Amino acid sequence: MNRLSVNQSLKQATAWRWWEVALLVAAAASWFLLGKHSLLLNEIAILALFAVSLDLVLGYAGIVSLGHAAFFGVGAYSAALFAKHVMPDPWVGLTLAIAISAAFGALCSLLILRGSDLTRLMVTLGVASILYELANKLDHITGGADGLQGVVMAPLLTPFGSYAFDLQGRVAFGYSLTVLVVLLLIARKLVQSPFGVSLKALRDNRLRAASIGLSVNARIAAVYTVAAALAGAAGALTAQTSGFASLDVLDFHRSADVLLVLVIGGTGYLYGGIFGAIAFKLLHDWIAAWTPQYWTFWIGLFLVVLMLVGRERLLKPWTWWQRRGQP
Amino acid sequence: MLTLLFDGVAYGMLLFVLAVGLAVTLGLMNFINLAHGAFAMAGGYTTVLLMNKMGVPFLATLPIAFLVSAAAGALLERTLYRPMYAKPHLDQVLFSIGLVFMTVAAVDYFIGSQQQIMQLPSYLKGRFDLGAANDYIGIGKYRFFIIVVCALLTVVLQMVLSRSRFGSRLRAAVDDPRVASGLGIDVNRVFLLTFAVGSGLAGLGGALGAEILGLDPTFPLKFMIYFLIVVSVGGTTTITGPLLAALLLGIADVAGKYYVPKLGAFIVYALMILILVWRPQGLFGRGAAK
Repeated sequence: MNRLSVNQSLKQATAWRWWEVALLVAAAASWFLLGKHSLLLNEIAILALFAVSLDLVLGYAGIVSLGHAAFFGVGAYSAALFAKHVMPDPWVGLTLAIAISAAFGALCSLLILRGSDLTRLMVTLGVASILYELANKLDHITGGADGLQGVVMAPLLTPFGSYAFDLQGRVAFGYSLTVLVVLLLIARKLVQSPFGVSLKALRDNRLRAASIGLSVNARIAAVYTVAAALAGAAGALTAQTSGFASLDVLDFHRSADVLLVLVIGGTGYLYGGIFGAIAFKLLHDWIAAWTPQYWTFWIGLFLVVLMLVGRERLLKPWTWWQRRGQP
Repeated sequence: MLTLLFDGVAYGMLLFVLAVGLAVTLGLMNFINLAHGAFAMAGGYTTVLLMNKMGVPFLATLPIAFLVSAAAGALLERTLYRPMYAKPHLDQVLFSIGLVFMTVAAVDYFIGSQQQIMQLPSYLKGRFDLGAANDYIGIGKYRFFIIVVCALLTVVLQMVLSRSRFGSRLRAAVDDPRVASGLGIDVNRVFLLTFAVGSGLAGLGGALGAEILGLDPTFPLKFMIYFLIVVSVGGTTTITGPLLAALLLGIADVAGKYYVPKLGAFIVYALMILILVWRPQGLFGRGAAK
């Protein structure tokens, strides 16, 4: 690598890479060309957003979370309840769901500041379990185990006119994709800002980061809040595009799945969630078509083998030539 | 009231035997093993299948359950777990979740997803009623049996850990594996044996608990959080810590489900989060696992 001035190297880190542009073009093209698979693509877009949110926490701040579904669930239920009881407009519902899950994330961030990996694991798992129990028991509000039914969304207002959500899911996919791209761009800006760089610093060595004057706790709380907002957006998209919210959005499986998605795609460069979501959903579809009931076995086997081999080694070529500030 | 307390103690003792192996794995090897419940499930299924299919008496199946789970633990430790010790916690978590998913699906495939029903022998059914008519204590015979067995196990474990040569080696390896191996202690073998015994105890707990906790393929997922609560709240440095935490959890869970059934497990989780925020190393920990 050539010697660069600090200024240049910082600029280079924020420059658009060709594959980032290609990815955005491909995402836009998929809406026009792959309309038949909109339902699956919609799920992929939502899962990708959820995984990007986890990447902020795990890949950038280094916090291991086993309960990320908590924020997903908060977003899903608040969007569904809002649409059912107050106002069916998707944009307002989405904004509100994001705000509520961000507030909830800020609250939860107080719980994860202290302790070891195990403590954080337990606290995040505990928060998700509490929400699951609450959603299960407060059945007059959430519908309990039957799920919250009868959520009808108003047509989506866009600059090009208003579109009702259709059964093929084209509008839903367009909507999710737009939200994904916008939030991804915001997240990209965020992790390339000095704030994002400081997150990496405290992930790599918390003590040193603190001793050069970074306020570790405030930064962790901030990134946790942002991540919660993104996860809430993903949850809201799920509830709005499926017209349904059930206990499944808070299930442990969801937290574990999103970890797997992120690990498949690779952590700490933001796009891992997207590649992981595509790979995971296609893998899921393929295995589930072949053995619908026992597909978790193969996912489990995949995880075990992947971890034994080492997840870095399986990672795809784009991380090889992408230079990150690795020690 | 006292009956409730008694049931809670029995439940707590059971949780302790189930989770003590996990406490050792976490404390000793700093390894987050979410698949601990899978060994408990192996023990439970061993007992149930031996009793229902082959007519082996209940008491005879307990040692077999211990041995089967211990053998499974030893085999997996040697082949799969050992390379994972040095990996980051995230990898360990994902690895063990993968194992859980595999066991859940495999048991579902081979044995079926229905709840397993266990017929207790007649001498363990029923209950003693002590005291006068209006404030008697009902003591289930089976729960009494569980308390006795688990208390015995606890005493034996405590003796082994504090008095025997193996116990002192183990404690040395807990405190500092490098120095321990420098002193000529075969740390790998200590790890292997401890892991096997821990898995065996989990298997025994699963066998004893099949009647109370229920047994179906999702057992490791359902109780994973309970085992982890016992260990993280109790701390991993002593054996009394997890014991007290398990008793607390057992009583809180039974009492909570009895008095406020609407809230369910809510109380337990909330209590755990509060304790962990207040004392991140656990109630009785002295600052161990990083």
